[in-house]
Amino acid sequence: MEAFVKLFESLDQTTSISAKTEALERFFSEADARDQVWTIALFTGRRPRRLISSGQLRQWAVQQSGFSEWMVEECYAHVGDLAETLSLLLPPPQANDEQPALHLLLSELLDLQQADEVAKADFVAHYWQALAPTARFLFNKLLTGGFRVGVSEKLIVKALAKVYQREESAITYALSGKWDPQNTSLEKLLASNKSEDASKPYPFYLAYALEGEPDALGEVGDWQAEWKWDGIRAQLIKRAGAVYLWSRGEELLNDSFPDLVEAAQELPDGTVLDGELVCMDAAGLRSFADLQQRLGRKKPGKKLLKELPAGLLCYDLLEWEGTDFRAQPLRKRRAQLEACCAALKSEQFVVSEVINASIWADLARARSESRSQLAEGLMLKRLDSTYESGRKKGDWWKWKVDPLSIDAVLLYAQQGHGRRAGLYTDYTFAVWDGDKLVTFAKAYSGLTDAEIKEVDKFVKANTLEKFGPVRTVKPELVFEIGFEGIQASNRHKSGVALRFPRILRWRRDKSANEANRLSDLKQLLYSAPD
Amino acid sequence: MPDLLEFRPQGIYCPPAEVYIDPWRKVDKALITHAHADHARWGQRHYIAQADNAYVMRERLGKDISLQTVAYGETVHINGVKFSWHPAGHIPGSAQIRIEYRGEVWVASGDYKVEDDGLTPAFEPVPCHTFISECTFGMPVYRWESQQKRYAEINQWWAQQAAAGKNCLLFGYSLGKAQRLLNGLDPAIGPIFVHPTIAQMNAALEAVGYRLPATLPLSAYNKKVHGSGVMVIAPPGAGGGNWEKKFEPYSDASASGWVQVRGNRRWQSLDRGFVMSDHADYPGLLQAIKACGAERVVCTHGFTALFSRQLRELGYNAREEHTLFSGESEQSEKSEED
Repeated sequence: MEAFVKLFESLDQTTSISAKTEALERFFSEADARDQVWTIALFTGRRPRRLISSGQLRQWAVQQSGFSEWMVEECYAHVGDLAETLSLLLPPPQANDEQPALHLLLSELLDLQQADEVAKADFVAHYWQALAPTARFLFNKLLTGGFRVGVSEKLIVKALAKVYQREESAITYALSGKWDPQNTSLEKLLASNKSEDASKPYPFYLAYALEGEPDALGEVGDWQAEWKWDGIRAQLIKRAGAVYLWSRGEELLNDSFPDLVEAAQELPDGTVLDGELVCMDAAGLRSFADLQQRLGRKKPGKKLLKELPAGLLCYDLLEWEGTDFRAQPLRKRRAQLEACCAALKSEQFVVSEVINASIWADLARARSESRSQLAEGLMLKRLDSTYESGRKKGDWWKWKVDPLSIDAVLLYAQQGHGRRAGLYTDYTFAVWDGDKLVTFAKAYSGLTDAEIKEVDKFVKANTLEKFGPVRTVKPELVFEIGFEGIQASNRHKSGVALRFPRILRWRRDKSANEANRLSDLKQLLYSAPD
Repeated sequence: MPDLLEFRPQGIYCPPAEVYIDPWRKVDKALITHAHADHARWGQRHYIAQADNAYVMRERLGKDISLQTVAYGETVHINGVKFSWHPAGHIPGSAQIRIEYRGEVWVASGDYKVEDDGLTPAFEPVPCHTFISECTFGMPVYRWESQQKRYAEINQWWAQQAAAGKNCLLFGYSLGKAQRLLNGLDPAIGPIFVHPTIAQMNAALEAVGYRLPATLPLSAYNKKVHGSGVMVIAPPGAGGGNWEKKFEPYSDASASGWVQVRGNRRWQSLDRGFVMSDHADYPGLLQAIKACGAERVVCTHGFTALFSRQLRELGYNAREEHTLFSGESEQSEKSEED
C-alpha cells in the first residue's frame, strides 16, 4: 500500500487543487491497476462493508494500549475520528518493511466475513503492530469506513481522464452506478460501450444579475420572462438509448435521481434538455429543502422516491433529433421544446411557464409575487438569443427579488478558515424569544475586512464561554441578516430554516434589545408559502 | 500545615512571603516563570524574573517596569521563604520556581518541556513535595517524535519547495518557537527571512547572549536578487497579511503541537503542519512528575481534569486548579502565544 500511502500523504499535505490533481495523476500512472480500482472505490464512497464494530476496535485498543476505557473515550471525543484516535493511542508500531498491497489487504479484510472474533482480533493486532503510522491510520480508516481526503469525485475523474486520455464525461459515467471493486478490473471499469460523446453535456449558458430596472433592456415584447426556479440547474441528455442527468457542476446525478432517469427513457434519442431539477408531486412544486433530501442520497429508498418525486422544469432545448440546436433563436428552441414535452406521457417533465406581459410593470408585479411561486425572481431572456456558453452579458438576465431580512444578535463566533484562521469570521445569530435569545442562522462574514477585524476584537474581549473552537459572546452586536427563503423546520431550535443566510450589514445603530423577535421570523414563515 | 501556595483570584499566592507567581491581576510583587504574555502580565508593581527575560519583558511590558533579575539557581529570600529559579526548557529564560519554607518544598513549573531543544537551557528536575504542573498536552494522543526528526522533515519540505521554485512560509509564535525553528533550519538551502515581531524577539535574545542564525527582514526580499526557495518565519497572527503576496508562489506550514491531530492540521488550511511544541507531551509530563519525586501534583492549565484523573489512577495525590494560563490552547489566536 506504499503508493496509496504516498498518495494520501500528498493529498493531505496540500491545499492546492493543482498539486492534488498532480498527485492523483502520478498515482494513476504508476500504481498497480488493482490498487487503482480500490482507490477509486474508496475515494468515491464505495467502502467495504464494515466487518468489525467500533466497539470491538475500542476494546482491543484498550487492551493493547494499557489505557483505561474512559481515557480512550476522552481521546476519541477530542480527536473526533476513531481511526485516528486509535492510531495515536496505540504503542508506536514495530514497523517493518512489510507493507501489503492495498488490494491484498482489502481482500484479506473481506475474507474475514466468515471468520470468528479471534481471527479478526489477530488480523487487526497484526497490522496495528506492523504498519507504519500513516499506513496504520489508513488501515483503521478501511476498518471504520469513510475517507475524507479533500478530493472530489470530479478531481479523480479529471486525473483519470488525463492519464487514460479519455473524455471526462465518459469517465464520470463509467464510475457512476453500482460496481464492486473486488470483482471489477480497471479495464472493465473504464471501458464503456457507449460512444465517448454520448454522455457529454453542453456548457451551460449562465445569466448575469440585472442591476436596476429592466426598462433599459428595451421593448418588453422582445423578451421572454420565466420564473427563476429555486432548484438546481440540470442538463438531461438522452442519446443512444442512455440517459445522463448532469448538474451545473458537471456531476452526474443519475444515481440520486433514478425516477427521473427512468422517465426520460421515453424521450427520443438525440435530445438534450436544459432545466431546473426540482421535487414536485401531484400538488405541485416542492421546496428546495425537499430537493436537498434527494440530493443527499446516492441510493434513494422507495419511500423517499414516493414522497419526493423528482421533476424537471424544462426551459431550453439544446439538441433535437441529434442536431445541435443552440444556434437557433430562443423562440424557435422554445417552440420545439413545447412540442417535445407535449408528446411525453410522463408528468415529471414540465415546460417552465412563460409569464405574459405587455409592459415592464406587469413583470415587476409578477416578480413581487415570486416567493409565493417558490421562485427566487424572474429570468429575462431575449427571444432572439442563441444558447451561449458560460456567463455572457446581454441576452439572459436574472432579476431576483430582494432578500428577506431580519435584525439579529451575534451570539457565537468561530474562527475562520484558510489564511483567515485566527480571526473570528463565522458567526451564529439569534433573535429574541421572550427574554431568551434563540439561534436561527449561521452566516459567514459578509463584512468588510475592517469590520471583520473589529468584530474579531469584540469577540476576543467579550467571550463568555468557550466550547472547543466556538466562543459564546456577550449579546451586544446587531446585524441585519438577509436570506432567500424561510421554512418551518423541527431540526432547528428556532423552528425555522433559512435559505442562503448572509450578513447584509452591521446595525451599529441598534442595541441588542432592538433586534427582531422570533415571532417576527415566524411571521415571514406564514407570509411565504409552505 | 496550610498550603505553601494558594490559588487565589489574583493568581498563585505564597502567604508567608506575600508574593504571587505569574499573577493575572495586579499585585505588589510578582515572581515570573517566563516572559510569555499569559505568565508575565502587564501592570505589576514589581517583578522578579530570570535574567534572560529582562529584555523581552521590558520590550513588552514597558521600559520602566520595576524588575529584579536573578540567575538560574540563585536564591532570593523573602520573609524567610527561599525562592530559586531553575530551567524549565520551555523557551529561553523560562524557569520553574522552587519555593522552600520550613522544610516544605513546592515547585511551580510554569510551562515546560523535557526534551532539550539545543537552544533553551534544558529542563532540570527539581526534587519537591508538591509539583505544580501544566498539562497543555496531558492527553496520550500527544506524543512527540524527536526534534531531529522534525527538523529533517521541515528541511526536506523546504528543499522540495525550493526545487519546485516555491518559497516557504512557516508559522510559529514569535518568542521561543521561532528561534527554535531558526536553530534547526539548514541555511544551505536558502536565505531565511523573518517577520518584524520575530526580528524584535531575536534581538532581545541576542542581547542576553543567545546566538541565532543570520536572518533578513521581510522588507529585504527582492525576487530578482533572492529568487525562489527562501524560507520565511512569521507568527501565526501575521498570516493573511499583504506581505505574503510578494513571496508567491509559496507553500505554507505551521509548527505546533496541536497539528498532531489531523482535524486541527486540516482546519488551519495550510499545506503542512509540523508537530513541534515547546510544551511537554504526555509521556514528558509523566517523566517530569516522576523525576521530581513529588507526592502531590496540582494540575493547572490544559487537560487538567483528564490528566489529574490519570495521575490518581497511577497513585499520585493529584488535583486540578483553575488558572488563567492559556498554554497552547489558543494556538491560532492572533498574536497570542503558547
